[in-house]
Amino acid sequence: MAIDSAQKPPSNRPVQSAKRREQSRREFIRTSVLAAGVVTASLAGLIPLAGGANARLRPPGALKDRLEEQAFLAACIKCGQCVQVCPVEAIQLADLLDGVGVGVPYVDARAQACDFSCDGLQCVLACPTGALTHDINYPAESRMGFARLARRDACLAVLGKGFKGLARGPEYKGKLRYEEVDRWTPIPVAEHPYDLNLCDLCVRQCPIEIRIAQCEAGKPPSGDPNQCPPRHAIRLAPRESGAAIPIVEDGCVGCGVCEMICPPDPAAIVIDIDQSADSVRGG
Amino acid sequence: MSYFVESLRQLVGIKPSRPAPDDRLPEVVAVYDERRRQKRTKEQFAAVEAGREKARDRHKWRNRRWATLIAVNLLFVVSYYFDVQLLEGAMTASRFVGFHMADLNAALQVMLAYKHMVLNLLIGTATVFVLWWLLGGRTFCSWVCPYHLVAEWAEALHLKLAKRKLVEDMSFHRGVRAVFYLIFALLALRTGYTVFETISPTGILSRALIYGPGLALLWVLALLAFEVFISRRAWCRYICPIGITYGLVGSISPVRVQYNMQTCHYEGDCRKVCLVPHVLDVTIRGRAKTLDTDIGADCTRCGLCVDLCPTHSLSFKIKGLDQAF
Repeated sequence: MAIDSAQKPPSNRPVQSAKRREQSRREFIRTSVLAAGVVTASLAGLIPLAGGANARLRPPGALKDRLEEQAFLAACIKCGQCVQVCPVEAIQLADLLDGVGVGVPYVDARAQACDFSCDGLQCVLACPTGALTHDINYPAESRMGFARLARRDACLAVLGKGFKGLARGPEYKGKLRYEEVDRWTPIPVAEHPYDLNLCDLCVRQCPIEIRIAQCEAGKPPSGDPNQCPPRHAIRLAPRESGAAIPIVEDGCVGCGVCEMICPPDPAAIVIDIDQSADSVRGG
Repeated sequence: MSYFVESLRQLVGIKPSRPAPDDRLPEVVAVYDERRRQKRTKEQFAAVEAGREKARDRHKWRNRRWATLIAVNLLFVVSYYFDVQLLEGAMTASRFVGFHMADLNAALQVMLAYKHMVLNLLIGTATVFVLWWLLGGRTFCSWVCPYHLVAEWAEALHLKLAKRKLVEDMSFHRGVRAVFYLIFALLALRTGYTVFETISPTGILSRALIYGPGLALLWVLALLAFEVFISRRAWCRYICPIGITYGLVGSISPVRVQYNMQTCHYEGDCRKVCLVPHVLDVTIRGRAKTLDTDIGADCTRCGLCVDLCPTHSLSFKIKGLDQAF
């Protein structure tokens, strides 16, 4: 003890610097833990990518090939300008559970599909980064997904049934363009009752089929013949005893209006995001 | 050492340089010597105390700043809500009356992950670069970033709790922010995803304000809780790469806070309120090399120190403007 106190004055500085060394050692450890924590949290954002679990129905022009969305998620700057321009408010932004897909736009077709009300693909035009590629100009060029009659036994046409009333009930919030009512303002589906002898809503409301009919009548959308889709998307094939079955054709772009308007719940017809007109045509 | 180099050193977390004795101008040495020789007179002491008393309720720059920050963020919200198309988009990218704007850090992440340049994004990035070059770089942080505002409130709570000894500020090495900058750049490049954007409270908060709240706000709350109970202003001080991106822009910006060592009494009040106190190390006795010193680019130009300084030794300056007029 005596030696210790005798040595203290000269060793004053080394003692201090040892303390400081210890301090900076602790700071280094704390800082490393902070760095590891933050990087781990950010990397957790990659987890939902496993097996394309967070792949979704994306707006027209999304840089993706079926479930492969890497380029789209990378290019998207998560600003939501596409959300703001959509006349039917079909586009939503994904939340935290989508990991690196947080803030990236998607379409919940059953709630509100893209009905191409805007004709000019406003979301594509609004996109500042080309995540919605400017390579496409017209609805028929989009490849969002591909429709499929998933529940044949629920399909009213297959059952030979008609449809009378509101397709999705009075509480439904979704809108469609209903051009014959108002060219510019989308109208709530809940304000547009139907009276059909045989349900053909998926064909009747298909934006591609509507465009083909307009072009055949000599009135292409926005007066632009380029808007005319080259191929049919869906038709109703007659069956015995007045029934019919919807047949999806390779002009389908996967916009989701058929899934949105389909009266049974859950919908008989749905959009597969792991298919597209190209993949169907190719194989 | 030039302003630019000193700013870069501070941005990457190196301690501000101490001047060698012969590095200081003779008139600076004279002021320091004078102070050392002559004890402060009672009048001088009283004047400083009176200055402090006055400064306590002076919030000129803070109020202007909060008003600006709230106005900009509200403009986003109002533009969408009432469809007036003034400022469309969110903080990460937007269009101001049709002109593209892109947050520099978000654009960088996208370019690194996507590896292509799109003209609109380049235009937006260039526009925003020029804007913040004119306005001071990290001015973005304190005058526009929505997280900065809530973090300021969390900081006030932290300081209150710290005063009662209920919490203690845990400090980290400031260099870690530069490490994060590199890590997030590399992650974007290697994984091909904008990894940082997933956890960026700036983007999350901005989108929540405009498009409605979501689960992502829980992450922001967790960050705020960390700052209240564990480490004061941790995100802005030690983590956020956006700060470095704008700091780099600020290192060549003419808008600066300037320190005058002649009137300063080395009270150190400024360093206590500062988000990045190391930039104010020059206000420590003996650290100044010239009579006036420009505060480095890590400074967010928030003006808290300007409001608070009892002797008005800190003020906003626009380089070259005095000469121009």
